[in-house]
Amino acid sequence: MNPPTAADTDPPMNPPGGTPPTPSNSDPLKLTGRRLPRWVPWLVGLGALGLGLLVQATGITAIGLAPGIIAGLAFLIAITVISLAFEGRRHAVDRLATTLVYTAFILALAPLLWILVTVTIKGLSVMSPEFLTGTMRNVNPRDAGGGLLHAFLGTLEQVGIAALIAVPIGVLAAIYLVEFGKGKLSYWISFFVDVMTGIPSIVAGLFIYTALILTGVLEQSGLAAALALTILMLPVIIRTTEEMLRIVPNELREGALALGVPKWKVILRVVIPTAISGIITGVMLAVARVAGETAPLLLTTFLAQDINLNPASGSQASLPTFIWDQISRGTNAAVDRAWGGALALILFVLVLYAGARLIAKYFSPKVN
Amino acid sequence: MSKQIDIKDLDIYYGDFLAVEGVNLSVKANSVMSFIGPSGCGKSTVLRSINRMHEVIPGAYTTGEILLDGEDIYGPNVDPVLVRRTIGMVFQRPNPFPTMSIYENVIAGLKLEKDKKRKQSMDDVVEESLRGANLWEEVKDRLNKPGAGLSGGQQQRLCIARAIAVEPQVLLMDEPCSALDPISTLAIEDLIRELKDRYTIIIVTHNMQQASRVSDNTAFFNLAGIGQPGHLIETGPTQEIFTRPTNQQTEDYVSGRFG
Repeated sequence: MNPPTAADTDPPMNPPGGTPPTPSNSDPLKLTGRRLPRWVPWLVGLGALGLGLLVQATGITAIGLAPGIIAGLAFLIAITVISLAFEGRRHAVDRLATTLVYTAFILALAPLLWILVTVTIKGLSVMSPEFLTGTMRNVNPRDAGGGLLHAFLGTLEQVGIAALIAVPIGVLAAIYLVEFGKGKLSYWISFFVDVMTGIPSIVAGLFIYTALILTGVLEQSGLAAALALTILMLPVIIRTTEEMLRIVPNELREGALALGVPKWKVILRVVIPTAISGIITGVMLAVARVAGETAPLLLTTFLAQDINLNPASGSQASLPTFIWDQISRGTNAAVDRAWGGALALILFVLVLYAGARLIAKYFSPKVN
Repeated sequence: MSKQIDIKDLDIYYGDFLAVEGVNLSVKANSVMSFIGPSGCGKSTVLRSINRMHEVIPGAYTTGEILLDGEDIYGPNVDPVLVRRTIGMVFQRPNPFPTMSIYENVIAGLKLEKDKKRKQSMDDVVEESLRGANLWEEVKDRLNKPGAGLSGGQQQRLCIARAIAVEPQVLLMDEPCSALDPISTLAIEDLIRELKDRYTIIIVTHNMQQASRVSDNTAFFNLAGIGQPGHLIETGPTQEIFTRPTNQQTEDYVSGRFG
């Protein structure tokens, strides 16, 4: 390796040997230091990777990740030591911290990618027009075939009804808290919203089950499931909407009030439009969160093998309970269908996210 | 068109805290009055109470009278919304509505009110207001661009256009130039002199040169110490306040001996 010089990376501010324009002070200004050339980290990385492969080749792979861990550690130590030797302590610490931050980022991202890839590969094996348009009616669990349309429609209805109830209540509650609320009432609302955030989802299901189904107000149905989901959505919507409304600058409210605009119109025309993209994102997050809920649905609507479009009567299928049902049947064909259901659920949530981003972008405040 | 303001025995509170005490002051119609004084002396607080923006802050209230051509704006049955339509306000930092275009910003006060007003007359209001704020030539080709995309000085003039679009009688300005560069400041000061023909203007400023350049009368506020209420010390024609103040505190302040 060539000894790196400052000229390799930085344009020299003061040419080495030249006399920098120093004031009376006799010490020369030191603005340049030795830096590693750009290719060094790549070379070290390559070396570390080679070491990892070597470890794998020699067969010391008791833990599947051992080569990766060794390569990572090798890079971390090598780059820090090299940097310490050539660049000095501050740059060495910088390289160490940078490496750690990137490692944390990769480690955080790895499970997500892993899940996505696994679900996609396993799910795609059963994806077919028949799987998307068929139901499980008269399909033997041992046989291949069948579909999830009934489950998809059920999820759509349950989540849709839940959103229809939870969004207006949640957004209005948040507006109350931010724009009008003061004193004890708003404190207690805020407190109970926090408590609600922590309610385990099965407890929400249990509550609907004991309060509405056992008492005969509702039967096990999509509507009962939607009510359980509403309980879970509400705190998320209230909290996110509240956060978004609170970051709307007070100057805008005052600016509008000072024009002689009544408060309700200030909220409707200035505050909400300014916060709308965040509110929509929050609503979509809440929808996505409950779309994957399983436990409360098992208590409130249980399972169904066929399409039931009436939310008020009879059990309804849904994507999460479809997955649960198929997995619990244990046959190869059923487990494959469960993966297909998982892929469909992820795609559904992904579409919701993408939609939310688009809507948020469309509504967000524009500068030029 | 414009109206006279008479403030009588005005006390202003933030909750239990008496912020400004015993203000008595008259502002003649079609004149420019400037409020000067050290930070925290209550200039902005008095200004905000003149269009009932002070009470927007939780716990804040006032006692005493503020008369607009003889009518108490704090009287019973007075609607603060109507007061604010009559007495417009421009803030220290330009605050155009970020979701609205330049056009929509100008008519924000109207659009929110008279939805049925026709497109043509709306266009007229926009042009007239922007001309009134000396901004028309700069933005006439991009009225549908976002107001937040303008420079700071243009944004402030947009806020002035927005304020005069609702046809107020009085215009309150809370340090309108403190966030602007000298050229934008000059533009706004020129504008204030033009607007004087149509409005009664009260301007809060920390810049004494500005006060002497734009205002006919000046009111000097001061406070005895931290935690003490602010008082109106002296008021009079700007020339006299700056050259022959009667009060020692005023003289110290305008001559730069404190504050």
